[in-house]
Amino acid sequence: MNTTYAASALLASEGRPDKRMTEDEVVARLADGMTIGIGGWGSRRKPMSLVRAIARSELRDLTIVCYGGPEVGILSALGKLRRAVYGFVSLDSIPLEPHFRKARQQGMIDVVELDEGAFYLGLLAAAHRVPFYPTRAGLGSDMLLMNPDLETVTSPYPDVDGLHEELVAIPAFRLDASLVHMNRADAAGNGQFLGPDLYFDDLFAKAASTTYMSCERVVPTGELLAEGSFHTLKIPRLFVDGVVEAPRGAHFTECPPDYGRDEAFQRAYAATANDAEAWNAFVDQWLEAPSHEEYLNRLDAESGFGRG
Amino acid sequence: MADAMYGSEPEGSARRDEVCVVAIAEAFRGDGEILCNPIGTVPIIAGRLARATFEPTMVMTDAVAVLAANPLAVGDHAAERLVEAWMPYRDVFDVVWSGRRHIVMSASQIDSYGNQNIAAIGDWRQPKAQLLGLRGAPGNLVNHVTTYWVPNHSTRSFVPEVDVVSGPGYDRVASLSTSVRGNHEVRRVVSNLAVMDFETPSEGGQPRRMRLRSVHPGVTVDEVLEATGFDLEVPDEVIESRLPSHQELRLIREVLDPNGYRRAEFRG
Repeated sequence: MNTTYAASALLASEGRPDKRMTEDEVVARLADGMTIGIGGWGSRRKPMSLVRAIARSELRDLTIVCYGGPEVGILSALGKLRRAVYGFVSLDSIPLEPHFRKARQQGMIDVVELDEGAFYLGLLAAAHRVPFYPTRAGLGSDMLLMNPDLETVTSPYPDVDGLHEELVAIPAFRLDASLVHMNRADAAGNGQFLGPDLYFDDLFAKAASTTYMSCERVVPTGELLAEGSFHTLKIPRLFVDGVVEAPRGAHFTECPPDYGRDEAFQRAYAATANDAEAWNAFVDQWLEAPSHEEYLNRLDAESGFGRG
Repeated sequence: MADAMYGSEPEGSARRDEVCVVAIAEAFRGDGEILCNPIGTVPIIAGRLARATFEPTMVMTDAVAVLAANPLAVGDHAAERLVEAWMPYRDVFDVVWSGRRHIVMSASQIDSYGNQNIAAIGDWRQPKAQLLGLRGAPGNLVNHVTTYWVPNHSTRSFVPEVDVVSGPGYDRVASLSTSVRGNHEVRRVVSNLAVMDFETPSEGGQPRRMRLRSVHPGVTVDEVLEATGFDLEVPDEVIESRLPSHQELRLIREVLDPNGYRRAEFRG
């Protein structure tokens, strides 16, 4: 079956776009004040080479929208963020992102904190180009108090008691750009996840005006079915504007089956939240590495790091 | 059956952590074919225990992305899974909204109406201590059954008023729609000292309040009341939380948590 699909793909390969670019070329297309969606989940399959490219750029005043992991901590610690919109911010094995904790306790960033499921509906509404999706999540809790811009809506339909139920209207996230990291992609931007969970990366791609996809390896279209069934091809190229080949591009977050989380590196990162000297050294060594290639060189030179 | 299989008596009697595991497991009794979704080490062991004994039709995740039908040891990421279904995070939300789920969450603070805080201590605008955040609590509480696990029962965790309401309690949902009130149930609050529920009369428009259901063996009612920062409803007769059966002790100690990870959740 795979052979049949591969053969047809080869026939159709001519005339299709080549969207390959570098991390810095992606950043050049972003602008101050933009709202940027970031795929992955916690400390899992985050587009870290792109996050680091933002970190070493002049970009500022950004809003990021994510199921948050280290990108929230890193970009807030560098003063890049005006606002973070999230369902949570966690490093998984470290339940609360320590730089995010610090940013919150020092009042460094504005936040829009949503119920995790409500966050999904903000992405879905944007992907479907409707102004909102209704949900019961938030009723009775302090989510509405914490987010005074959130409105409720009255159902036009009567319930079983003939009453019109009030629901929370989760507004569509207006994303200027989304950044996601895939296991494989072709040069035209067809993305493939090979791990256990796509998370919401397809919705990030559909919700944004432009989407940039990094991947572990760019492969010919005809080889996309070599490592996974067509069920793993969940982001078609029509939602993708740029492709960045970035092996170990999710480091230090996990990217199964290619590699697991670099827990030693993550612990070292987490420890910098309350140690200004260690943070400055971390910025110098890792975040200001001039390219992803140089980052990998430095990683390989360090014993204990980068071995997943 | 498992008793016959294991044969001999278990070593030593039940410890407090094992009483807590069984108390949380009991919260799932009668749930049937739903997603049993405990968060945290002790609750996960408890859910797996309930399914291995008296609630065999429940489904459970492997804490990654599948529903696994076999009893897994907590923390054993390499254990072989008998996969029943793919359950990525997006599908978990679909289950939440379907109502066919019973979650066990922690509570950094909880009040007499069952309002839970895992979000922040102090003013949420600039918290004194940022905690986990709202997470999925707002949606969970208005969609399906919830149980809380509080391993450090004290006046700091059982408070008159929580700083942030992550999961709404009975007073908060009293004014909401029929469907929300129908979905909302705080089944139990299990602590290191006792088991609480909300089985108080709700007539006269009074929202349900937290009630002492049982004290763990070796704990007095006064100790529980002293460690609680609000007036807990106390029935005329307070029973003791039940002890694990031999079969349950075997399952906890040999199958579900052979490395004793459950004990790390108890502080002081």
